[in-house]
Amino acid sequence: MSGRTVKGVLKTVVAILLFLFYMFPFYMIVLNSFKDKRDITKLPLSWGGKKPMTAQNYVEAFKNMNFLSVFKNSLIVTGCSVALIILFSSMCAYIFVRKAWKINNFLFLLMMFSMVIPFQVVMIPLISIYGGIFGALNHRYTLIFMHLGFSVPMSVFMYHGFIRGSIPISLEEAAHIDGAGPLRTFFQIVFPLMKPTTATLVILYALALWNDYLLPSLILTDRKVYTLPIAIALFQGTYSNQMDLLLAGLVMAIIPIIILYLALQKYIIAGVVAGAVKS
Amino acid sequence: MNNKNTTANNVGTFLIFAGPAVLAFMAVIIIPFLYGIYLTLTSWDGISKAKPFVGLANYVNAFKDAGFWSSLGLTLLYVAISVVLVNVVGFLLALLVTGKIRGSNFFRAGFFVPNLIGGIVLGYIWQFIFKTILVYVGQNAGIGFLQKSWLSTPVTAFIALIVVTIWQLSGYMMLIYIAGLTGVSEDLREAAKIDGCTENQATRYIVLPLMRSSFTICLFLTITRCFMVYDINLALTAGGPYGSTVLAAMYVYDKAFVSKAYGVGQTQAIILFVITAIVAVSQAVINKRMEVEA
Repeated sequence: MSGRTVKGVLKTVVAILLFLFYMFPFYMIVLNSFKDKRDITKLPLSWGGKKPMTAQNYVEAFKNMNFLSVFKNSLIVTGCSVALIILFSSMCAYIFVRKAWKINNFLFLLMMFSMVIPFQVVMIPLISIYGGIFGALNHRYTLIFMHLGFSVPMSVFMYHGFIRGSIPISLEEAAHIDGAGPLRTFFQIVFPLMKPTTATLVILYALALWNDYLLPSLILTDRKVYTLPIAIALFQGTYSNQMDLLLAGLVMAIIPIIILYLALQKYIIAGVVAGAVKS
Repeated sequence: MNNKNTTANNVGTFLIFAGPAVLAFMAVIIIPFLYGIYLTLTSWDGISKAKPFVGLANYVNAFKDAGFWSSLGLTLLYVAISVVLVNVVGFLLALLVTGKIRGSNFFRAGFFVPNLIGGIVLGYIWQFIFKTILVYVGQNAGIGFLQKSWLSTPVTAFIALIVVTIWQLSGYMMLIYIAGLTGVSEDLREAAKIDGCTENQATRYIVLPLMRSSFTICLFLTITRCFMVYDINLALTAGGPYGSTVLAAMYVYDKAFVSKAYGVGQTQAIILFVITAIVAVSQAVINKRMEVEA
């Protein structure tokens, strides 16, 4: 064997070992989620234990966590927020690029500046305004509105760059001559052309909002409106002695994302890179 | 008349297109930000209507608060170690999978998986690994440093926090480094080799300087994320044992929502933000100066 192939084999071996290390925690929780509580502590590494492996944990965790309702809440919050973010940010960016009004330039600068403000700095005033003054906590709408507000600067920034760089104004002028108003021009001509940016933003925000914990946990304090991360955190608190149920709950929280990832892997990876590099 | 019409038209267009986004942005970020600065001048308890004006007392209290400074110190240590290790590991992973190995897409996808999952779930998963799996392995294989749960002593719990951070973020940074590595044209690499460079020398002297912008991005992202880390801190150690791993974001949260000292909590949030901004921006500026063009 030449030195080259030895090196190649060695690299592959290292990659496989690292891969196993990265996957190990997932393997462990899946394996143990099918076991009896005592077998989890006594024989955590083996397949099965004194009692046979069972899916009973999942049935119980599903019920106790109120999984369907929680899943639905997460879906509503993430889905509505992402749709509104895409719609309103793209419209806003469009007018910012095409109309050089003073207010547009000022607002765009303000948005860019605001991107350095971390969530923790506005967290306390946010709760004091929306909880104390408006009494608007515990509604999914409030959370959706806040997700929109927090996502606007970055989304506007990305659409802004794309429109300025890649959408020729001549198309819009032609539409205008043909008698299309600004709304029609935007939705029929400009918006379809922005698919790459839209895809990136949908992926970034779907992941981020689905996993978000801190903001939802402050806004949604009623069982009926819990999202998945909040439910998992409470489930852990309630069942910290029942590893069997907790592990099943954790696996159920991960499965939707993994399925999505397996289906859209190429797009997700491209989207995440595009999002990071542009910002 | 005509002029008036255009103005009315313009206002209408502005409201339709920018209205909703600007309203949400103002209501959620700008107004709370300004209101937050006002809050630092009051001693609000979070419940009563009254927000007594106290001037700069919160700033004095925040500076005198030993707990805050020790959590800030711990956060700085955590950020320094995590940022270096996350980026080293992320970069090495990128080198590994862009090298000529089979199934590199498969590895790439695998290393990125931890990033898809929220900090809360990741924290609980690792809590199980540290508390049950590693202790079991330690006791059965007689490995001394694993026999007691890492989460039960302050130093090992802090290390556990860093291990999980690396595991979570390195795959993300790997993706950005891959984009940087493959962005450097193959011709340059070839030319360097014809001039007598070895593979490693070409990477060190040609590719690395040209992908410095990837380093700027990755450092910026890891610094800002690590400074503000909360979910993993909460789910993995919950600040324990005995409050020894309370990082700054959690300290601020507890100050406001647990101790009900909203004014002091908000003041500390702003101090934390200023420190993060200084570190992140100066890093970006220094790195930008060192970037070179092909």
